Amino acid sequence: MLGWLIRRVLQAALLVLATTVIVFIGLHFVGNPIDILVSPQADSVERLRLTKALGLDLPLWRQYLRFLDGVAAGDFGISFVYGQPALRLILERMPATFELAGAAMVIAVGFGIPLGLYAGLRPESPASRLVMGASLFGFSLPAFWVGLMLIFCFAVRLGWLPSSGRGATVSILGVRWSFLTLDGLRHLILPALNLALFEISLVIRLTRAGVREVLPQTFVLFAHAKGLSDTRVIFVHVLKNILIPVITVVGMEFGSLIAFAVVTESVFAWPGMGKLIIDSINLLDRPVIVAYLACMVVIFILINLIVDILYMVLDPRVRK
Amino acid sequence: MHTAPAAARLVPVLTVEDLTTVFPTPRGLVKAVDGLSFSVGAGRVMGLVGESGSGKSVTGYSIMGLVEPPGHIAGGRILFAGRDLVRQSRTEMRSLRGRAIAMIFQDPAMTLNPVLRISTQMVEAIRAHEKIPRAEAWKRSRDALGLVGIPSPDERMSAYPHEFSGGMRQRVAIAIALLHRPSLIIADEPTTALDVTIQSQILARMQLLMKQYDMAMIWISHDLSVVSRLCDDIAVMYAGRLVETGLADRVIAHPRHPYTRGLIDSLPSRARRGERLRQIEGMMPEPLDLPEGCVFSNRCPRADAACRANPVMSVSTYGAWQWRCVHPLNEGPVHGHS
Ligand SMILES: Nc1ncnc2c1ncn2[C@@H]1O[C@H](COP(=O)(O)OP(=O)(O)OP(=O)(O)O)[C@@H](O)[C@H]1O
Ligand SMILES: [Mg+2]
Repeated sequence: MLGWLIRRVLQAALLVLATTVIVFIGLHFVGNPIDILVSPQADSVERLRLTKALGLDLPLWRQYLRFLDGVAAGDFGISFVYGQPALRLILERMPATFELAGAAMVIAVGFGIPLGLYAGLRPESPASRLVMGASLFGFSLPAFWVGLMLIFCFAVRLGWLPSSGRGATVSILGVRWSFLTLDGLRHLILPALNLALFEISLVIRLTRAGVREVLPQTFVLFAHAKGLSDTRVIFVHVLKNILIPVITVVGMEFGSLIAFAVVTESVFAWPGMGKLIIDSINLLDRPVIVAYLACMVVIFILINLIVDILYMVLDPRVRK
Repeated sequence: MHTAPAAARLVPVLTVEDLTTVFPTPRGLVKAVDGLSFSVGAGRVMGLVGESGSGKSVTGYSIMGLVEPPGHIAGGRILFAGRDLVRQSRTEMRSLRGRAIAMIFQDPAMTLNPVLRISTQMVEAIRAHEKIPRAEAWKRSRDALGLVGIPSPDERMSAYPHEFSGGMRQRVAIAIALLHRPSLIIADEPTTALDVTIQSQILARMQLLMKQYDMAMIWISHDLSVVSRLCDDIAVMYAGRLVETGLADRVIAHPRHPYTRGLIDSLPSRARRGERLRQIEGMMPEPLDLPEGCVFSNRCPRADAACRANPVMSVSTYGAWQWRCVHPLNEGPVHGHS
């Protein structure tokens, strides 16, 4: 167990290192941030001053070594644009993204499992066919387009829900949360729904496939033969078996939700990491980009770890 | 003058009359069970035998009210405890299942839910029929485990199915089936998947418990050697129909129907050393493509035009011994029959 954990941490460290190298080299070829940061009217003295101040005058490999030096002390550098520590910028916006992704996950599971269960139990019914057909759209429609449609329908046309920002927030332990106020919750609904669209479809299909696989098994027949009610057979015997694969996959998907939040956050002006990273890429703000990617690698690794542990807790056959 | 065999003298626990169970399929209506009649006497073991696909399991499911839709019982009666099970509501059937009639299945690896503890699966079986406190149900479950010969039942209660061997899992399933002391147990090849020593241990235990609690049993099997050891009566099925039924010893000793003869001859223990195993020639016909007249006629060594011409099979009776054959074997009074 400990050896496994150490291996995981080493893998993560290597992955972070590789990511930073790629970003350094990649951004170097994409363009010079000075061109974007300095106004076109500025003279060459001003340009030179800024180049020196940001350390961009050094050769790339020395810039990288300096960066590594900082990372060793927990410092990912100062944002070229905001003039603040890059890591702090990311961490400040992380709760907003986690809140959005978490809400999307709740929606995906809350709608996906009941719908998938129904579709699995009544595969021939028209309602099931409708659900399965709709889930195909969830897979294939582009997220930004659906986001715009949601804004158009519910914010512009009907005026029911706000279309941008986090709304009112409540601060707990220095972190601001939207879902604790009614206004914040109203702001959360549309972006969360938008982000959840793909996951709902995924959960529906997984659940349905699971039900179809479990229903013909002998233990379901035996459960009926014991005289259990249909409800008990479905919600205990069948559901407990399909929850294992569903939770594993959904857990893994949490990482993709955070990554895909980039699109949703841009459409709904949700002040999370995704919006920050898009802005930073546009401005070639290297410290922020590097810090973001490093954070993402760590988050993915943590999620994998948690899912592995969850899987062991849920499935008695792999528990030891 | 002969007297009727014992089975007929006793009041039957279960009487199946003209049972027909069908499955609509894209290619047509499959009659998995077709006009089946037999009865099971109180405290007796009825062996239901036949080749794979002859409709034995479907017969069991029909009695339990567990035929998988769109399959359904299309006709006949199943008389049990003064009621016709075919006409019971879903709720009434649910209250009978597991309490008055229990069923156990072939594959012990798949009979228990892999993600639920044994205690959960036993306690829920009790509480489905009796509103008693969980703790009491737990104690009764543990005692039931001891009864079927599971060592240290207290600890085993909190185990998961994969922590048991195949034989032990089947014992757990039997313990669950016995929880409510049902008057009838349907055992669908419960020992087929187990090795021979475990099989005999479980058989011995079942026999003991049957006597102890005065339960009747339908033992579904294609292993005639087990049937001859365990069963009082026998019913032989072929392509969804009953071809022969009677006292197990007598039917196995002097089968009237050529199909029963064929089943007995294909037993490995019957063959002498070096002699080739005898098999019934050919395959059981497709359920949608049954021959005219006697369904066995296309494989029967004795079949002639009369067998193929006669669309309605006649039943011949000798006491409780019945067979459906135009040219039966061992005709006349049977030796040793009083
Ligand atoms: N769900 C179903 N749909 C369609 N046909 C079915 C279904 N279940 C059973 N049948 C039909 O009923 C026939 C009898 O099946 P059954 O399972 O009762 O056989 P069996 O005698 O128990 O065989 P085995 O010894 O292999 O268990 C099968 O050959 C099949 O044609
Ligand atoms: Mg069967």
